[in-house]
Amino acid sequence: MSERNEGISRRSFVQTLGMGAAAGALQGHAEARLTGQDEGGTGIVGPGPRPITLRINGNDVRLTIEPATTLLDTLRVHAGMTGSKEICDRGSCGGCSVLVNGALTASCMMLACDAEGAEITTVEGLGTEEALDPVQEAFIRHDALQCGYCTPGLVVAARALLDATPRPSLDEIKQGLSGNICRCGTYTNIFNAVLEASGQAPVTDAEVNRG
Amino acid sequence: MKPFSLARPRDFAGAGKLAKDRRFRLPVIKAGGMDVVDHLKEGLIEPDLLIDVLRIDDQPEIREADGAFHIHANATLANIAASRSIARRAPVVAQCCASAATPQVRNVATAAGNLLQRPRCWYYRNSQFDCLKKGGHRCFAFDGENAYHAIFGDGPCHIVHPSNLAIGLSVCNASVRLTGSDRDAVSLADLFHMPDRGLLSEHNLKTGEVVTEIHFEPRSTSAFYAIKHKQSFDWPLVAAAAALELDGDRIESATVTAGAVAPVPWALPHVGEALVGVSLDDDTALRRACATSTRDARPMSDNEYKVRLLPVAIRRAILKAAGREVMS
Repeated sequence: MSERNEGISRRSFVQTLGMGAAAGALQGHAEARLTGQDEGGTGIVGPGPRPITLRINGNDVRLTIEPATTLLDTLRVHAGMTGSKEICDRGSCGGCSVLVNGALTASCMMLACDAEGAEITTVEGLGTEEALDPVQEAFIRHDALQCGYCTPGLVVAARALLDATPRPSLDEIKQGLSGNICRCGTYTNIFNAVLEASGQAPVTDAEVNRG
Repeated sequence: MKPFSLARPRDFAGAGKLAKDRRFRLPVIKAGGMDVVDHLKEGLIEPDLLIDVLRIDDQPEIREADGAFHIHANATLANIAASRSIARRAPVVAQCCASAATPQVRNVATAAGNLLQRPRCWYYRNSQFDCLKKGGHRCFAFDGENAYHAIFGDGPCHIVHPSNLAIGLSVCNASVRLTGSDRDAVSLADLFHMPDRGLLSEHNLKTGEVVTEIHFEPRSTSAFYAIKHKQSFDWPLVAAAAALELDGDRIESATVTAGAVAPVPWALPHVGEALVGVSLDDDTALRRACATSTRDARPMSDNEYKVRLLPVAIRRAILKAAGREVMS
């Protein structure tokens, strides 16, 4: 055990250096002690699946999941809502951003049980194909994406920002979107989409980079 | 993530009882979960019971009483940062919360969870390194990649304390209230210990003790200043908190704590003494006093730069506390 470091893979070490991520060690599997149900009124549930109800985009959705399930996996795998993206899986990229009672949240780092009873808004809940959210309209008009994988999270983060600050300054936009990474580097277009969605004039790359 | 059972005790006392429940091999308390879920995903801990305290809201998140602030253990960093009262009367605390991580993290991370999060050392966080903190026999940072590690302390583990909030609170005479044992409270200074006093945890809480509230005093002339690689989702390279009493431009008293330089929030009482009588307009004297901060520093192979950054961070925290313009 003490020399386990001998077998470190380059990949996992690089992951750790980059993002605090690493492959999980395979250790002894905990014995399942209880079923998913609350037996005997102890208030203790799991580790097996149990029914929970999540309120997602205004609908009550009944699901059967283990306590050890993130909100992101619940949305994508169990509820079939794949708008929220899994990218870093450590709360550092913003790709999985959703609103929980209006608060911008990394759904990959939240257990689904923590969202029980809350109003969850995913990107699917912002606008419809016929009537897009103004943020979505502005993202299209400003070509605020390249590969598009970060876009759902950025749209949700922009919505949260504008809900709290209807006319944000460029600096407030940078702050509000600071938990979302676009590795294609489309930031100027993203900021301009948010500026337009809040009725403000666009800026240039030079203004964005000024500080 | 390995499966676990979930308990939702009604109050913190109930959480403390479950934490000592012998029916479980490893009960772990979770609030916002930013750090615990990270540990679960990495396989660094494999609890059979997760004790969820997030729904315990027996007090308002932030209240003022008897001239002090009382912060509920579950108050989010976002709400502390947004409190006008804290921003006015203890700006250092609001600023250190606003400086942490990202909006997504600050909206969920709790005050007590921030104080009690485990270190961010990349050897500790990688399950493949069997380091001292995991019961192993060596600190990989000591002769490894140690750019973000400690410049103070004698080891044997060289982590830096991960909590921004602890740095800010440490200049506000803070303490935490506890349940689950025969003591009601512990000062912030006594909450943490150096690695030579125990490697497997960074705090002095006993099993079953749970933080219920954080108390701190107003410090209206105070500030937090962090030097970071990135302005978002990054921990400081070096941070400083300063609380001053001023007579015009002259420093009458100063309390200074450094962050990201030692395994605990690094109080610098001798810097505070060196600052007494210094005029904020006498930059030579101010720099000289701040330079005393590094006199006990013992950098490792890759972090000598922190010795040069620390006086800069302290000087800027002092000027920021006094309302002077500083580089952001």
